Amino acid sequence: MKKLIRIIPRLDIKGPNLVKGIHLEGLRVLGKPEDFARFYYQLGADELIYQDIVASLYERNSLTDIISKTAKELFIPLTVGGGIRNLNDINKVLRAGADKVSINTAALKNPKFIEEAAKEFGSSTIVIAIETIKDRSGKYFAYYDNGREFSGVDIFDWVKRVYDLGAGEIMITSVDKDGTGEGFDIELISKIVSLVEIPVIAHGGAGKKEHILELLNACDVSGVVLASILHYKIIEYLTINNKNYQEGNLDFLKNNYKIKNIIPEKLDVIKEYLRLNNLNIR
Amino acid sequence: MNKKIAIIDYNLGNLFSVQQACKYVGIDAIITNNIPQILDSSGIILPGVGSFNSAIKRIIDLGLDKVIKAEIKKGKPFMGICLGFQLLFTESEEFCLTKGLDIIAGRVIKFHDKKEKIRIPHIGWNKIQFPENTNWNNTILNQLDNFTFMYFVHSFYVIPKNNCNLLTITDYGNIRFCSGIKKDNIYGFQFHPEKSGINGLKIYNEFKKIL
Repeated sequence: MKKLIRIIPRLDIKGPNLVKGIHLEGLRVLGKPEDFARFYYQLGADELIYQDIVASLYERNSLTDIISKTAKELFIPLTVGGGIRNLNDINKVLRAGADKVSINTAALKNPKFIEEAAKEFGSSTIVIAIETIKDRSGKYFAYYDNGREFSGVDIFDWVKRVYDLGAGEIMITSVDKDGTGEGFDIELISKIVSLVEIPVIAHGGAGKKEHILELLNACDVSGVVLASILHYKIIEYLTINNKNYQEGNLDFLKNNYKIKNIIPEKLDVIKEYLRLNNLNIR
Repeated sequence: MNKKIAIIDYNLGNLFSVQQACKYVGIDAIITNNIPQILDSSGIILPGVGSFNSAIKRIIDLGLDKVIKAEIKKGKPFMGICLGFQLLFTESEEFCLTKGLDIIAGRVIKFHDKKEKIRIPHIGWNKIQFPENTNWNNTILNQLDNFTFMYFVHSFYVIPKNNCNLLTITDYGNIRFCSGIKKDNIYGFQFHPEKSGINGLKIYNEFKKIL
């Protein structure tokens, strides 16, 4: 029996809004995260990820209210990332109702933090988020602060280090592919998967359901993290009251733009498609 | 059943979701490590995620090991989840051999598969099934079909000494492990019913009926 693959919607959150950009930049307001999360739960999401995307810049995670609201009505695992700097921050989001935390910036600044966190909360609670950009010579480097800051750390060295330090899972984001709908960076993801024996989940680039199948057939990833492809479908179902949104770039919502390169799809349709292609999907 | 149940707080794991799952099915639950409150409860849930060593140490430091054993002996409905399930057993191989609560005979060991590369921790959904010649009638799983999906997050699994306590089994790679037990008034699950959607909530709902 083939291993079960998780399909994981990722919600990037800025203030009260669900947002989405391209290459983690140019953020558009899409709606309220709670509305999208509820939809994904009902459609069979295997987990959810909430990412406070400006938290690192302000050095705080402001999602505790939204985490608790979610945990009251959605009974699937929730991973929360953004601005997690110390053991106390982890404890705070776990007590608010999160099951796992994802850490990027704080781990790059102090790798020992991974070890401490895994020891305190158990490896399986600690997801290391890795954001990478390929340079002109073809080398991949780790970035932090939501893909803005260059760390100078080679991605494959970092993956091995993170694994040795006791991370329970790796979420790899290709910043080059994020929001573009060009498909996953399969070469990158395959290599990472082969370097570690912990689960790896892949994020960045899915523009159509065939991209997901292609990735899953190419390497042993444990889950696929999806944003644009799902969000842009849900928008069609949600009646949006623009008055609720006072922050951020609202042009997208108001003008009903179409997205280049992305064929939005419902979560349950994607799962059924993968099942029909002989993948083991819940 | 008017009394509250106690979700034991030893500062590990997502207790909030356990409490919310209780609330969802109409169980009044408090998160506590206060001994009088635990004694006064109509049922006990021992949750937990993290390392076996630090968990058992905290439980002993809080004086909860004796309380849990005594309350279970009295016949109070009890549910252990994930690490809270593993803690019921005699001992664990995590880091070094550590004594558990020893309420159920058996050992907790790490996943290891020589034949096939399996990724550890085991994170994600997997099926539970009942052992051959058994069923889930008269248990809190009676509303579930065989091979129902539940959510797992763990690197260690239990080997009970006595197979008659087996309630559910699960396959990961080539390893078949015990993912649930029932012994008298004690239930224990390696998976997280509170993270397993509607089917998981059915377990909480049936737990309510035995309170």
